[in-house]
Amino acid sequence: MTIHVDDAAGLYVHVPFCLRKCPYCDFASETDLALVPDWLRAIKREMGFYRDFGPRFDTLYLGGGTPSLLAADELASLLDALEDHFAFSPDTESTLEANPDDLTPQILRSYRELGINRLSLGVQSFDDRELAFLGRRHDAAQSRRAPAWAREAGFANLGIDLIYGLPGQTIEQWQRNLEAALGFGPEHLSCYQLTLEAGTPLARRQGKGQFQRLSEEAEREFFLFTSRFLEEAGYLHYEISNFARGSENRSRHNRKYWNHTPYLGLGPAAHSFRDGRRWWNHRSLKDYCQTLRAGEAPVAGEEILTPEQTRLEALYLGLRTREGVDLNVLLKAQRGKIGLQEMVKAGLAKVRDNRLIPTREGLVVADRLALGFMD
Amino acid sequence: MQNIRNFSIIAHIDHGKSTLADRLIQATIMVPERLLKSQMLDTMELERERGITIKSNTITLPYRARDGKEYALNLIDTPGHVDFSYEVSRALASCEGVLLLVDASQGVEAQTLANLYLALEHNLAIIPVINKIDLPQADVPGVKEQIRRELGLDADSAILCSAKEGIGIAEVLEAIVSRIPPPRGKLEGPLTALIFDAAYDPYRGTVVSCRVFDGRVRPGDNIRLMSSGTTYKVEEAGFFRLTREPHRELTAGQVGYLIAGIKTVSDVRIGDTITLENNPAKEPLPGFTEVKPVVFASIYPVSADDYGALADALEKYKLNDASLVYQKDASAALGQGFRCGFLGLLHLEIVQERLAREFGQSLIMTVPGVRYEFTLTDGQVLAVDNPQHYPDPTKIRSTAEPFIKASIIVPERYVGAVLKLCLERRGVNPYFGNPSFGRVELSFEMPLAEVIIDFYDRLKSITQGYGSFDYDLIGYRASELVKLDILVNGERVDALGMIVHKDRARDWAVRVCERLKEEIPRQQFKIAIQGAIGGKIIARETISAFRKDVTAKCYGGDITRKRKLLEKQKAGKKRMKMVGAVEIPQSAFVAVLRTDKE
Repeated sequence: MTIHVDDAAGLYVHVPFCLRKCPYCDFASETDLALVPDWLRAIKREMGFYRDFGPRFDTLYLGGGTPSLLAADELASLLDALEDHFAFSPDTESTLEANPDDLTPQILRSYRELGINRLSLGVQSFDDRELAFLGRRHDAAQSRRAPAWAREAGFANLGIDLIYGLPGQTIEQWQRNLEAALGFGPEHLSCYQLTLEAGTPLARRQGKGQFQRLSEEAEREFFLFTSRFLEEAGYLHYEISNFARGSENRSRHNRKYWNHTPYLGLGPAAHSFRDGRRWWNHRSLKDYCQTLRAGEAPVAGEEILTPEQTRLEALYLGLRTREGVDLNVLLKAQRGKIGLQEMVKAGLAKVRDNRLIPTREGLVVADRLALGFMD
Repeated sequence: MQNIRNFSIIAHIDHGKSTLADRLIQATIMVPERLLKSQMLDTMELERERGITIKSNTITLPYRARDGKEYALNLIDTPGHVDFSYEVSRALASCEGVLLLVDASQGVEAQTLANLYLALEHNLAIIPVINKIDLPQADVPGVKEQIRRELGLDADSAILCSAKEGIGIAEVLEAIVSRIPPPRGKLEGPLTALIFDAAYDPYRGTVVSCRVFDGRVRPGDNIRLMSSGTTYKVEEAGFFRLTREPHRELTAGQVGYLIAGIKTVSDVRIGDTITLENNPAKEPLPGFTEVKPVVFASIYPVSADDYGALADALEKYKLNDASLVYQKDASAALGQGFRCGFLGLLHLEIVQERLAREFGQSLIMTVPGVRYEFTLTDGQVLAVDNPQHYPDPTKIRSTAEPFIKASIIVPERYVGAVLKLCLERRGVNPYFGNPSFGRVELSFEMPLAEVIIDFYDRLKSITQGYGSFDYDLIGYRASELVKLDILVNGERVDALGMIVHKDRARDWAVRVCERLKEEIPRQQFKIAIQGAIGGKIIARETISAFRKDVTAKCYGGDITRKRKLLEKQKAGKKRMKMVGAVEIPQSAFVAVLRTDKE
């Protein structure tokens, strides 16, 4: 089983602030920016609990929420504190998620100066109407300006996030988005099929019949098209929603989630994992800050994975990636062999180098694949 | 003997038989407070819950009549359902009279009639009792009219009572003494005693309920069961009070019990005659027949690991229910199980429920069927009660299936609907009686197979609960039968196969395919569900494949959430049965039997 206990760990920092909530997002975020100083004080306290987590980290990921809402001095203060508490490899992949409308050439240069070497741009779309539907703050012009400025600022590792499968969207419209993104030659693309999460304003609107979601067949078509189009453009479809220009451009940080490498998550709702134990922080910023003020770690819950649970995770997470799953993990199940034959026969996966690798057709039903190997 | 009265209460279901029995017990025996519960004769939890009597119980009521004399009134309880009509007939053979109970609001129903006919066959004194007269919807003059016209009895002598309110109980007791004759029999002379029931006692073995006709029997006697030829030594004899009460002997005319080292109830046949080994009777008492199961189904444990536990449970269950027969059965889809034979559909339901309730067994039951007869080209006659044993079709010369005479009483306005139902179920030779104003008695000759699956429920539903139903087996008739196979993705699901009349095959196939389509979850590939006769497909449904099933984001907190979902799905899979590559949930096997929702 691939458990990378000796590998360098990943560090995630959750910046829970948003100017306003996007109607498709089900994440608890905070719109009151006056709370940023509280959050910053709290997260610095939290760092104190994990000085020994290391030994060292080789990824830092500032995610959210909207990390680009942090002022330059707040960001600097955060990064300084991290440097004080933790050891980082010289080649650390330091990612910051940013909204196009928060960026200026000057801000982008400051990110570079602070050591951010990977930018993940929440572009979502290059079409004004689509951006309006998604309730984004920015427009198509900003979508185009941000990556250009990022390049000018010297970001050599640029990721663009897009959302597709919007109601009424055609494959052609989606293709124009992809082409626009490719124009910047991004090292990384995350293409998320729009998901109507229960309880979100978008799901409510759909429930009221204000728009119709795509049919399952159309969703499939969109997914397969995206994969084919980007692979033909030279990208590696290395995970359900993630594409890299060459395997060296895969997100080093995110891959840690998928192969049980230790990672530490700081900030509200952040999850951490180490040695088969997973724990998570209070979701609400208020609870998170309060616990830390009281001098306690803000942990809301934890689980210790049984070997069977570890195997199950390795199985389903592996089958979401083009790295696939070690056959030894598969064949531990009584159904392993039958499942394997069925899957290969159905063209959902292939065996290569003693691993079962999902095909494109396999990825589109990835949630079912693991079930086929369960007794 | 002059001071003994042996009687039963007969009634349509729900007309208040058990309540009346309770009242008679309370009126004659000082029942300790802690034992006071309704349906005292119904000891099984299931009986109390359903309000029916499954196992009969007997009790002796001491009664001082108005003539000042002490009487022993033996109340012989009878099971209240058509499935157990043989047991009822043996109980009635042990009596000299019956209370024929009619609900003042419901009137005469199908089982009232059936029971009356049984009583008349045994030349019993019949006391009509109109119950539930306290109900606002009680129609005493109307019911009296029915008793006169439909039953041909003297309605003026009917006793009016409300068992619930305790009205008329004294009159009932007095009528038992004055209107039912005492038993007759010879005290001296060879012993003849009729076995009308047997129950299992974990400490004493089988407790035989019997009515002594001639002679006497006491502990130490060697007895012989005349039809089976087995002999036993009597350990204990006695009467049924609230508990068993040992007595030095049982003599002609009396009703009581014997304990004689008989291991299981299956060693005793209801209706057999007990005599003495050293002074045997020349002839057994008349009317003995061996009861044969008429409805068959296979049962399987939900989890294959529980096969052993199911085998144990059946063995224990059988200790107290000789009428259940079973043998090993196996299905590719469901694994190891048992083929069971039942007296009827209610019996089947009771066995299923008691296995679940008293023995904690989770079961899958296959579609019930009957025993078909196949005459082969070489002249051999095969009785087949398991679709898996359907003979080679090229060697079948002719086929036959058991028929019943169904008798249904309904208010006039439902006749059309009932007629339609019976014709759909291949009913022939209809007979219409018009027993009393506003009501119709319909009788049909129908295949038994047609009434064992959701006939009674449908009848109840189309008549809004007013239809009553009873049946008698009338023998085998030629019938064009075929074997219907159900295929899932081209694989035959043996547990869903059935033998069916050729004209009904398509309806069944469509129904089963539709139900399976509702129950089988979508999988990565398209699933064809087909009904076939031989190689010919007569019904088809398709379950489409998953076209897209993938979560877009899977980071940090999503990982646990998604794993938990998979764990849940995995637990669900444990309840699935694999047929080829297709997972069939156990609910699918149950759904096939579910009543039509109309």
